[in-house]
Amino acid sequence: MQRTVEHASSAFPTLLDSDAVATQSGSSKIATIRETVGTPFVDNPRMTCRGVEVYYGEKRAINNLSIDIANNEVLAMIGPSGCGKSTFLRCLNRMNDTIASCTVKGNIQLDGTDIYHPSVDVVPLRAKVGMVFQKPNPFPKSIYDNVAYGPKIHGLTSTKIELDEIIETSLMKAGLWDEVKDRLQDPGTGLSGGQQQRLCIARAIAVSPEVILMDEPCSALDPIATAKIEELIAELRTQFSIVIVTHAMQQAARVSQRTAYFHLGDLIEVGATEKVFTNPLHQLTEDYITGRFG
Amino acid sequence: MKNPLEPTPQVCKRYRTEKAFKRLGLSAIVMSLCFVFFLFYTIIADGYSAFTQTYIQIEVSFDETFFRGANISNANFPALVKRSMGKIFPGVTGRKDTKMLSSIVSPAAAYTLQNLVETNPKLIGTTKFIWVLADDDVDMFFKGKTVTNVAESNRRLKDKQLTWLDQLVSEGKLERRFNKTFFTSGDSREPELAGILGAATGSLLTLFITLSLSFPIGVATAVYLEEFAPANHWTDIIEVNINNLAAVPSIIFGLLGLAIFINFWGLPRSTPIVGGLVLTLMTLPTIIIASRASLKSVPPSIREAALGIGASKLQTITHHVLPLALPGMLTGTIIGMAQALGETAPLLMIGMVAFIADVPGTFTDPSAVLPVQIYLWADSPERAFSEKTSAAIMILLAFLIAMNSIAVFLRKRFETKW
Repeated sequence: MQRTVEHASSAFPTLLDSDAVATQSGSSKIATIRETVGTPFVDNPRMTCRGVEVYYGEKRAINNLSIDIANNEVLAMIGPSGCGKSTFLRCLNRMNDTIASCTVKGNIQLDGTDIYHPSVDVVPLRAKVGMVFQKPNPFPKSIYDNVAYGPKIHGLTSTKIELDEIIETSLMKAGLWDEVKDRLQDPGTGLSGGQQQRLCIARAIAVSPEVILMDEPCSALDPIATAKIEELIAELRTQFSIVIVTHAMQQAARVSQRTAYFHLGDLIEVGATEKVFTNPLHQLTEDYITGRFG
Repeated sequence: MKNPLEPTPQVCKRYRTEKAFKRLGLSAIVMSLCFVFFLFYTIIADGYSAFTQTYIQIEVSFDETFFRGANISNANFPALVKRSMGKIFPGVTGRKDTKMLSSIVSPAAAYTLQNLVETNPKLIGTTKFIWVLADDDVDMFFKGKTVTNVAESNRRLKDKQLTWLDQLVSEGKLERRFNKTFFTSGDSREPELAGILGAATGSLLTLFITLSLSFPIGVATAVYLEEFAPANHWTDIIEVNINNLAAVPSIIFGLLGLAIFINFWGLPRSTPIVGGLVLTLMTLPTIIIASRASLKSVPPSIREAALGIGASKLQTITHHVLPLALPGMLTGTIIGMAQALGETAPLLMIGMVAFIADVPGTFTDPSAVLPVQIYLWADSPERAFSEKTSAAIMILLAFLIAMNSIAVFLRKRFETKW
């Protein structure tokens, strides 16, 4: 692990400890190195990723990436299109397995277990690392069945009462209970876009995951629905670790504690969100957040 | 001043083309509808009369002298019919005339009497009025389907017979009734006795085999190729071959069936089981292609949603993908079944073109199927088979319409909105 991250603070969440970098480079930004600057590593992480490389066939989509995901944090991943954010996100619950040409190298651990180890099965992994997709994709079933599906297939409940309870708490946590409690048997696809997305979140948290991955969860929603989802993310942080990919930098600034900036397959910078947005270490990050490209 | 929003000549031209195109499409629809109506009209106009049949009432006295033997079936029932006819027309004498007289009732009349006596032996010794089938020539005459304005020698019904018939009509002893025989019996050399039940049963048995084999095999193939198969050379070869099989002339499948199912496996000829196997081969490509298309049309987001929550691949397919793809699969299957129902050529090769009078009871009984029955009747020289042919076509069409309605119903039933 030859990385130039020795400046990185080891004490999360006191992340603003990059004075070394600042004094080294003075006012000018780091522009040449393509290795991660900032604070990618934290104490007591939920997930750790070391030297992750992802290939689509011959083409390398992610270079030598190392990052930690802390407990009860929202980690936002930003960067221009095609920079590998979603690809990396999908490595975290092995959704990339469904793509035949995709190979993942390196080490990704959840609670100290290598998730790419041959003995690991994706079914329990995906119960622990849930996912919310870009487009709301409820099953064409009732609201009840949508949320009940996960607990059912994982055998989390044995009685109908328990199941009802899980569904109620999940919908409550997703902030949807009051809106749908009288019509749980209506089709989930009949809800509005924002409600559908919250239903998908409820579905994901119904199996009590540890980490929730969100792949641009608000890109198909209007500002009001987006605001609701963002509030929800802030609440969910108290129980889960959340990794969110977003194109809206304001959103990243609003919801996350740490922000990671990706550029053409490289993880350029990771740091406390306010630091990344106010005083980034790397020139590329600065260019991106000031809108020079992206 | 010129209105700036007035359509320019270019725009007008565009509208003209659009209109012409619309008209073209509409005329195509009207034309095809005309053809369909013409088809239906000719078939129904020719065939509806087959659902009625001419009957003649005869007075039969079941004398004990006739049933002296121990076995009722040994009695001379044709003679009984002959005597009853003679009773109506006492003036008719001479060998030739009595023969002509008894030929206006169907040979089936004797069987009718035999049946009556066998089911109810108490009839012996009594006299009863009984309606028996008229001969097919008489039937055709009363349905207006014979030419009467030609010389007597060229006619099937001679002048004498016509006067007898006139007398029967005036006495109320000749009637057209609903033709139950057509729906309750198998094929026969006598048109008035020929029925569709044998062929319809044969078709049902054959289709049952076809459906119960081709639907599961076809769907399983489609699911494997679409969801599990690795993208390699072999998969490509299989795919190309399936698409080619869909275009193979159906008679080739018949030859294959003859070579493998009959000659190699030794299955009995002319049977629904062989017919069903051959038609399975023929409909499989259709079902596979339709099923794959409907699997492909299931949005990937649904798969992702299921996989993302930790469903296994098989759970994803059985819980989410298949229910959504089912309507399309059913449509493809029904199209394949309709194709199989109307197929004749491959069945000719496996001997299903034989004359079979019995209604098949099992999958290994020799039987005919509806399209082959149509072909056989259309080929028969008797005038009366022409209306039977049209009637059989009507039955086949009714089958098809029923199947398509089931398809529409099932599709509506299983369709999920998203």
